[in-house]
Amino acid sequence: MGDYLSGLWTVFEEYDVLAAFWVNIQLTFWAGLLALALGTVLAIMRISPIASLRFVGTAYVNILRNTPLTIIMTFMILALVFQLALQLSSNLSDSYFRFAVLGLAVYHASFVCEAIRSGVNTVPLGQAEAARAIGLPFMDSARLIILPQAFRGAIAPLGSVLIALMKNSTVAAAASVTTETASTMKVAIEFNPDYLMEIFGVFAIGWVILVIPVGLLTTWLSERLAVKR
Amino acid sequence: MDTATTDDAPPAPRELGEPLVELRTVNKHFGALHVLQNIELTVHQGEVVVVIGPSGSGKSTLCRAINRLETIDDGEITVDGIPLPEEGKALAHLRADVGMVFQSFNLFSHKTVLDNVTLGPRKVRGLSKSEAESEAMTLLQRVGVDSQAHKMPAQLSGGQQQRVAIARALAMRPKVMLFDEPTSALDPEMVNEVLDVMVSLAREGMTMIVVTHEMGFARKAADRVVFMADGQIVEEAEPDEFFTNPRTDRARDFLSKILTH
Repeated sequence: MGDYLSGLWTVFEEYDVLAAFWVNIQLTFWAGLLALALGTVLAIMRISPIASLRFVGTAYVNILRNTPLTIIMTFMILALVFQLALQLSSNLSDSYFRFAVLGLAVYHASFVCEAIRSGVNTVPLGQAEAARAIGLPFMDSARLIILPQAFRGAIAPLGSVLIALMKNSTVAAAASVTTETASTMKVAIEFNPDYLMEIFGVFAIGWVILVIPVGLLTTWLSERLAVKR
Repeated sequence: MDTATTDDAPPAPRELGEPLVELRTVNKHFGALHVLQNIELTVHQGEVVVVIGPSGSGKSTLCRAINRLETIDDGEITVDGIPLPEEGKALAHLRADVGMVFQSFNLFSHKTVLDNVTLGPRKVRGLSKSEAESEAMTLLQRVGVDSQAHKMPAQLSGGQQQRVAIARALAMRPKVMLFDEPTSALDPEMVNEVLDVMVSLAREGMTMIVVTHEMGFARKAADRVVFMADGQIVEEAEPDEFFTNPRTDRARDFLSKILTH
């Protein structure tokens, strides 16, 4: 029993679980920020009065949303890094990290866009008409009237996108980010097969602890910030 | 059907100014429905025109077409001599000069009453916050809701919300005000507080186009009644003339249905 516990202890001394989760949190944070910005732009394009912008927005969403994330992440490395020799940092592992963030962001932006559009649908048409009637041009009425209400109506679906993004950040392994949880777990199990279940359990529970509060928080926020009509 | 004010005397005939809103052979279809048919209408500066008619007659569409919330298929609409622009900055500019009051109020739900009224003047007219707020408070006082200035729209009654909506439109200093069934969504006891504001606006010389079922308002404040049915302007007359002596069967039929009870 003593051997068992000290052996398990050694495994987690060797593989820093918290540091691995920290990498996923960082990936999620930066990718989330970028996806939110890009997704908002896409949503504005999709509700804009200009047909060509709507077309580009729709095309982006349909292409990115229907491509598997693993393929996008692999493309980031194989095509952009190896084939085109692009670098986002002189430090190779920083560069991989940034490409992973980029891949996660461009993929999840399409889901952010659709979440915001579902929020736009919660805003009555009369709000946009009233904005136009006082002479606000499209961008002002989007920025001042539609989007602030749309975001508040989109918190729950945006929360679902965030949770998906957190879990999908493990796919960064496909973009050669080897320090995140899924890669760390795989290596830890490979070298300590006796503790397979324990290692797996620690990472799984870690993820549950990380994700559940996000769901609770966004549900609470969406009720609290709902626009009263 | 009548308003509360006892003063039922028709307004003294007024000197009408230059033509302000002109519609020339305006046509619009909703699919197979020909909702506006060769509409000809001129509204002069300072004139109050009430548009009545059965539902589906196209009167709301007519009202909304004047600031291009509805596009038209052909014909021409001019406001102060300028044809309605298609889209973009020029259209936004024109809309700023045309006040609109909706049936369902459409106050910005996420902004306070005061912010609802100051938004247009600040963002479109370029007024400073303090200028816009002091003007807004004057307007809110005029429509009797200044004590609610810092509340959210959902905290107000329907009548109060509609009066705020009127103040919001007035804050843009419009050349003409459009009212699209402004009292139809109100509880009966709140109709008069809104109509009273509209009557006083009319008396102050505001050019108004009012789509309504309130015959009392038409009698009291209108210079002209326009009766629409099936997408056409069937009859136009001064209110007294129209209500006591309608010329067409359609108008007689309509009036008999709404005035008998």
